[in-house]
Amino acid sequence: MTVLVVAEHDHRHLADVTRRTVSAALALGDAVDVLVAGQDCQAVGEAAAALEGVSRVLLCDDPTYAYQLAEPLAELVISLASDYSAVLAAATTQGKDFMPRVAARLDVAQVSDITGIEGPTTFERPIYAGNVMARVICEDPIRVITVRPTAFDPVGEGGSASIETVPAAQDPGLSRFVEESLTESERPELGAARVVVSGGRGVGSAEGFQLLESLADELNAAIGASRAAVDAGFVPNDYQVGQTGKVVAPELYIAVGISGAIQHWAGMKDSKVVVAINLDEEAPMVQMADYALVGDLFEVLPALRDGLRTLKS
Amino acid sequence: MKVLVPVKRVVDYTVRVRPRSDGSDVDIANLKMSMNPFDEIAMEEAVRLREAGVATEVVAVSIGPAASQDTLRTALAFGADRALLLETEESLAPVVISRALAAVVGEESPDLVLMGKQAIDDDCNQTAQMLAARLGWGQGTFACRLEMGDGEVIVTREVDGGTRIVALKLPAVVSTDLRLNEPRYIKLPNIMKAKKKPLDRRPLDSLGVDTRSGIRMVSVAEPPARKPGVRVADVGELLDKLKNEAQVI
Repeated sequence: MTVLVVAEHDHRHLADVTRRTVSAALALGDAVDVLVAGQDCQAVGEAAAALEGVSRVLLCDDPTYAYQLAEPLAELVISLASDYSAVLAAATTQGKDFMPRVAARLDVAQVSDITGIEGPTTFERPIYAGNVMARVICEDPIRVITVRPTAFDPVGEGGSASIETVPAAQDPGLSRFVEESLTESERPELGAARVVVSGGRGVGSAEGFQLLESLADELNAAIGASRAAVDAGFVPNDYQVGQTGKVVAPELYIAVGISGAIQHWAGMKDSKVVVAINLDEEAPMVQMADYALVGDLFEVLPALRDGLRTLKS
Repeated sequence: MKVLVPVKRVVDYTVRVRPRSDGSDVDIANLKMSMNPFDEIAMEEAVRLREAGVATEVVAVSIGPAASQDTLRTALAFGADRALLLETEESLAPVVISRALAAVVGEESPDLVLMGKQAIDDDCNQTAQMLAARLGWGQGTFACRLEMGDGEVIVTREVDGGTRIVALKLPAVVSTDLRLNEPRYIKLPNIMKAKKKPLDRRPLDSLGVDTRSGIRMVSVAEPPARKPGVRVADVGELLDKLKNEAQVI
């Protein structure tokens, strides 16, 4: 069976989540094509063609896709879908946005956020904030699937797929882009970082997060947050880890002042090692972490940072 | 302007759900049920539009068992003008729900559909987008701010890198994220008033939509358990464990 992966990118770079989605696609089918739709996105097409296991790259370089709006992007995928047994995209805010449109127009189900592939029609996915894992069977003629990136390793390079140009689909003209405000950061991307330092309500303020920043500097870590910290305005929304925010699975997750509601746990429970730093020894995060340190984060974090510096030198 | 708000009855967000012993499904008998939290946010936003004089009518709709009447009474207590329950005992996939909602939209002709971005039981995050696609409407998913323009709605969306603003031609579908608003605390007089508001009950079959779909859940299981953790006394011990035991630094 042939699988189509819809690539995610910023028109210049192929996103890491797409390498992971291709890995899921290779577990599902014997041939994998990648669709790159964007504006001036030739470099992304070339990056996709270099991925291990990719047979063909379909490149649609057109201003219609400059902002990756769901309505025109879905139209393009629908125009190509009949050649495939499955269409995959990462379960990011972009994949979640346009993929259900594809499924509905094909009048097929979507399998959201899969974490495992047991066969061509059998998938594993979390439900109830990951407290339960469900096995689902989808027997629709075209399986429309979003993939939880952290559940699959990225594919390597060394491929040499052909790049074919495909025409743009008609823009339904239902929405227009107004503006975007993206968080600028020198840090690794939250979803792909090896270490994540994450703060909750206990951090107390935006200033408190500076302590997390200085610890993160030592670890080359990304910064995350609980819903409570985002709602309190300590950090922007795109820092949120949890059931409905970002899902992360780093080697090391340091939860600072996070009580550990199940909705937060859902977003980081697949981390290899979890450290809790909390004043409250009854906090669920302290109970669930691999290593828990009960103490005042305003003393612990600077000491931890200094200790890491000493270890390095 | 008429606003339609689809709502779902789900296990309350504070309750931990577990699989049945035979693994056939989750065990939700006797658990506390509530309106899906994201739908509460959609309901709140619709009622605010009504109170601001932007919306002239707010209609709540639910597709589910008879007990979903409770959820719709909550919607009416929020301030919806009337409610519609399409009764079914079946647990239906979003692809089917979107078919049914498209039929409801055909009957009701709303200018705006406001709904939660995902239900916290199946965590699918599909129905709003599917509905918009079936109707040939624009969509604004994961909304954290909403503003009515001239023949359009301007939606600020929470996306992975930050926020993004899109303008949608009306009619449109908007799905709500956590920070769009804080739903009100419902006061007793409003609960009393809600009892007198119209709540229409019909079998789902009355819409004449196909309830079949290609997807089914075959079994459920607990996620793999983590091994129990340890308490460390101080920063020195933590660093030692991370370096020598876990080998992650």
